Amino acid sequence: MDLKRVGNQTVVFSSPPVILASYSVVGPMEGRGPLGKTFDKVWQDNINGEKSWELAESKLLQEAMQGAVEQAGIPLSQVDYMLAGDLLNQIISSNFAARKLALPFIGLYGACSTMALGMAVGSMLIDGGFASHVLVGVSSHHDSAERQYRLPTEQGGQRSLSAQWTVTGAGSVLLGQSGTGPRITAATLGRVLDYGETDVGNMGAAMAPAVADTLLNHFQDLQRQPEDYSLIASGDLGMVGADLTREVMLRSGMSLGSEYTDCGLMIYDKSQDVHAGASGCGCSAVVFAGDIMQRLTAGSLKRVLLVGSGALHSPTSSLQGESVPGIGHAVVIEG
Amino acid sequence: MSQNMRPPTLKITPEEYKDLSTKLTPKPTVLKNCIWAFFVGGLICAIGQVIINLFVAGGLNQTQASTAATALLIFLGALLTGLGVYDEIGKYAGAGSIVPVTGFANSIVSPALEFKREGYVMGVGARLFTVAGPVLVYGIATSIVVGIIYYFLH
Repeated sequence: MDLKRVGNQTVVFSSPPVILASYSVVGPMEGRGPLGKTFDKVWQDNINGEKSWELAESKLLQEAMQGAVEQAGIPLSQVDYMLAGDLLNQIISSNFAARKLALPFIGLYGACSTMALGMAVGSMLIDGGFASHVLVGVSSHHDSAERQYRLPTEQGGQRSLSAQWTVTGAGSVLLGQSGTGPRITAATLGRVLDYGETDVGNMGAAMAPAVADTLLNHFQDLQRQPEDYSLIASGDLGMVGADLTREVMLRSGMSLGSEYTDCGLMIYDKSQDVHAGASGCGCSAVVFAGDIMQRLTAGSLKRVLLVGSGALHSPTSSLQGESVPGIGHAVVIEG
Repeated sequence: MSQNMRPPTLKITPEEYKDLSTKLTPKPTVLKNCIWAFFVGGLICAIGQVIINLFVAGGLNQTQASTAATALLIFLGALLTGLGVYDEIGKYAGAGSIVPVTGFANSIVSPALEFKREGYVMGVGARLFTVAGPVLVYGIATSIVVGIIYYFLH
């Protein structure tokens, strides 16, 4: 059997899996943002009648994943694996959503890079012949993330200008062996890189080197250039991280043009005052499941590189003075 | 394509990256923050003074009026936290709304609200002082040290 692995870190799928359907559910603040109309469902408030922020987040994920299956028009029983992850301790949002969906479940943790990671692993399962349908989904919730990583939600402090706003939202895609829709043609899984950033209010700076490293390896592995893509979107680097990525890439001998953007810069507008942009697993997931998928389907995007970015620290490691390791996972989607 | 092509690796050292990151990270707006803190903090203190004066006019002596005004401000801070307003004030005022006694109320009530879902014992009870705890610990520790020094000096 031919090895599908190419170069340092990339896999090229021999029968590229199809994205049969995608679904996104977001909170009210995301619904008011510039991408508001691209989401399938917008909640009226952040808790939606649930008992806790955590249960609300799990409900977001459940709705997104069920939405994707319904949109594809296949029965749930035909889904072979559910791949999901989120930011909460022991990925409870995913575990609890999996309890409802009752599918064979693989829990993933790649922090905010989990959507791209899930799409890569899901595609490997399908192209490897282990599944015909794989359901991938991730979630994040502003308030559940605040209370776990930072302070109680009603505490009146100031956020730094480099801080980002965790997206309340969940995105899901249903991958299939055959059918019509955009295809996942390749994936580059990232290495964990740590350039010593210790400021948890500056996640973009912590993740940018890992994203740049994945990009460099991706382009070398496939012998491509940034111009070969109609869109290169990093997950949630925000303003600071996106600028740093451009600069680090430039110094490493590759310049990113206007095709490069960051999902964290797309969800909120200036008046929403979120400082450096959006973050969280849900950030790249809802931008991909909504806006990017719609543009791929409409044909205005031909080949997209989605690079999920994750900060692999915990509140404990940060309090103990450890720096924040970053990771970037890339998937190629062609319309 | 060759199987193992390593490197590319980033052509930047952690030291160079640190410099670059410092350059590209926006600086805190210190002057603007100070002005906001000065005016909001001042406003809260002025409201406190008005309350004290009203209590004095109502017949309390100075000490009683100060205690009653503090209690009333704590109540207002707690109420505004419960209504979800205090964190909005804090976003602009910063230290101006954290330092006054209303900020202390906020730092106690916000964990109480947040952790109520984990129950009254392990939630509210155990985590009530997650924000204010350090202030209490080091405030009390400092007062003990000052007390001992005062004892020996007199």
